[in-house]
Amino acid sequence: MNSQAAAVDERELFAALAAILPPEAILAGREQTAPYECDALTAYRAVPLAVVLPSSEEQVAATLRACHARRVPVVARGAGTGLSGGALPNPRGVTLSLAKFTKILAVDAAACTATVQSGVRNLAISEAAAPFGLYYAPDPSSQIACTIGGNVAENSGGVHCLKYGMTLHNVLGVRGFTAEGDAVRFGGSALDAAGLDLLAVIVGSEGMLAVITEVTVKLTAKPPLARCIIASFANIESAGRAVAEVIAAGIVPAGLELMDKRMTAAAENFVHAGYDLEAAAILLCESDGSAAEVDEEIARMTAVLAASGATRIEASRDEAERLRFWSGRKNAFAATGGICPDYLCMDSTIPRKRLAEMLLSIQAMESTYGLGCVNVFHAGDGNLHPLILFDAADPEQMRRAELFGADILETSVRLGGTITGEHGVGVEKLNSMCVQFSAAERAQFLAVKRAFDPQELLNPGKAIPTLARCAEYGKMHVHRGLLRFAELARF
Amino acid sequence: MAVQAIDARDAPLVRLVDAVQAARAAHTALEIRGGGTKAFYGEAPRGRPLPVAALAGISSYEPSELVVTARAGTPLAQLEEALAERGQCLPFEAPRFAPGGTVGGMVAAGLSGPARAAAGAVRDHLLGATLLTGRGEIQSFGGQVIKNVAGYDVARLLCGSWGILGLILEVSLKVTAVRPATATLCFDCDEAEAMRRLALLAPRPLPLTASAWHRGRLSLRFAGACAAVDAACAELKGERLAAGAAAAWWQEVRDHRHAFFQLNEAALARGESLWRLSRPATAVIADFGGERFIEWGGALLWWRGVATAAALRAAAAQAGGHATLVRTADKSAGAFAPLGEPLLRIHRRLKEAFDPLAIFNPGRLYPEL
Repeated sequence: MNSQAAAVDERELFAALAAILPPEAILAGREQTAPYECDALTAYRAVPLAVVLPSSEEQVAATLRACHARRVPVVARGAGTGLSGGALPNPRGVTLSLAKFTKILAVDAAACTATVQSGVRNLAISEAAAPFGLYYAPDPSSQIACTIGGNVAENSGGVHCLKYGMTLHNVLGVRGFTAEGDAVRFGGSALDAAGLDLLAVIVGSEGMLAVITEVTVKLTAKPPLARCIIASFANIESAGRAVAEVIAAGIVPAGLELMDKRMTAAAENFVHAGYDLEAAAILLCESDGSAAEVDEEIARMTAVLAASGATRIEASRDEAERLRFWSGRKNAFAATGGICPDYLCMDSTIPRKRLAEMLLSIQAMESTYGLGCVNVFHAGDGNLHPLILFDAADPEQMRRAELFGADILETSVRLGGTITGEHGVGVEKLNSMCVQFSAAERAQFLAVKRAFDPQELLNPGKAIPTLARCAEYGKMHVHRGLLRFAELARF
Repeated sequence: MAVQAIDARDAPLVRLVDAVQAARAAHTALEIRGGGTKAFYGEAPRGRPLPVAALAGISSYEPSELVVTARAGTPLAQLEEALAERGQCLPFEAPRFAPGGTVGGMVAAGLSGPARAAAGAVRDHLLGATLLTGRGEIQSFGGQVIKNVAGYDVARLLCGSWGILGLILEVSLKVTAVRPATATLCFDCDEAEAMRRLALLAPRPLPLTASAWHRGRLSLRFAGACAAVDAACAELKGERLAAGAAAAWWQEVRDHRHAFFQLNEAALARGESLWRLSRPATAVIADFGGERFIEWGGALLWWRGVATAAALRAAAAQAGGHATLVRTADKSAGAFAPLGEPLLRIHRRLKEAFDPLAIFNPGRLYPEL
């Protein structure tokens, strides 16, 4: 890779940065950069040469130009809440924090759009839109802290994706800078732009194609009412079937979430939501819209869930009750922290119909790897979040947890799914990318990167594994025959 | 993701792969041809025709998964019929300018119809695609699941690529349930009043799925739960069209069979053109003669008349949008709005990355690509 060229003259780099940024916007040395060593995937840590906190687009552009001229990698960073190590610093590079880009530039209620700087928090957009009866729909569970720039980088989802889409479906355009420091706009404020749909590639590109400073999002009218059903099931299979039946009935729930028995128990212990602890699985099924619309849909959902074998069905009667129903799900990760020292949060997607099969496979893996696993599931989208329980103080457990995780991801691919639904590849799932994509496909991804960033300086080494890395992984790993003839064209 | 080696018995696929290998060897340009219904759109096709119609068929469809996978040459009509039988649809209402359009053509053109502002575009519903690249490699991106962020979203990059990056072989699309109730309300008002009304309706949680203003008449289509549609009709009043007539009218708009979109020989001879101006929904574009047809809550302005391309493109750009020359006797001004740097540079490199020998649809999107 070009960016692995000669070591940079650090003193000269710092002099260049000092000419662009005020002293307090340049952090260097272990004690200053420590808070930036990792994102929410804390198992991976690295110390960058420097962390810079520009406060203007001019400073971003100049920083990029200075780094580009010296072939210094640049890792853009929002709030650092990512779960796959996408914002892990590059030890030979500069971490470019967008933390000072916190202005909400415009809210256009008539057009249902907002234009904000990329460091604005996800929830802050909805707060700014609230006086107009609008909100920003994608709601990753970190929405209090995560930034819209980070959401664009990861194509973040949330519990309402099935009805309202992911980040991709809710962003109209972004403004930013190329690796060379040239200002660039992808998409805009209209519903499409001239030329290739580059915005579609930018969203979810994990900061590897451009540095984003400004985002125009679509706002959604806030539904006047939401109600939620909790349904209990005696076994995983019938819960999985109920999900398929709801969808097949033409219902698009605002949220459709599944928790298995142990997850439900942990969540109940944490928040006392009143969950059914006898059930093998519970489903949370939400409807939103006008009062008449919601009543109509809740009645249809109830009928379908009952016909699918629900053993207990309860619909929220007021907002307080709805929030109580959700409280356990929203705190699922925190609750898991209460039942074991550490957990690894996986994020794969499978066709909904394979749900029961997947959960049974995970049960078998628990004995294979000698570790427990609890499951929460965006059932409507087929997006699974198994939480592998382990103790990081024990390196042997850590090793088994990683193998367990890779096994889940590869099983997901085998069932017709994908290794990541919403958390991104980052550094965590680089090896699993070797399983999901052929060598030619991975080479194509790298070619796409070079089309935007020929020197490979923006967040290099993330998301797309090198051919050498996959060759190494293939040697130590049994692929179950999935890609035994990876050199062959596939269809 | 479909993971399998090429089956030698898959004759249509084998023939396409062979044709592309031959074109690579001889450095021959290929014009990818589905139903040929959009040949008039964009820059003129060049190269030896490569018919894709034989690569047809719905590969998999499970209504409860909300996903359908079809080969590129599958007639769009056939796909829509199969979905309708199960109470589902492609909600973005891709235009069918003539009978015979294909699924691959729909994705390559990336065009969406009246429901676009509410339901999203083709690209929002594309989950995965298999591509035959200019290197002669078959590659799959995305998949058949709704949430998928593994690797760059190359599948969606193909939407609206007009075939310049490679030959789309198969696509997976997210489908949605047909709404239980639909109603169309009409109001007599001028353009400014229509825009004012649309701006007031936009931030409200109403099931508005299409809007159109033309010659002093604003048509609003609502679709959703019965209760929601009834409530919208009761509140907004307006003249409610009979269901059959309303459906037929929206189909005419969708497929450009409405008289506004038809430019006959005489109109073309007078120098009239049909332009598509995509703009922010609330942007104002001053009157410069001609006739307007406005969709997407104001975000799509169709214009027909005699004007210079430079003036129209400047007006669209000033409004924050772009202008496409759709129907005309003279496309010397270029079909699509020209790109500036660094976008043009990125486009060139992407073309090179997918199709280094420039085999596929050269010049179809921009003369230099």
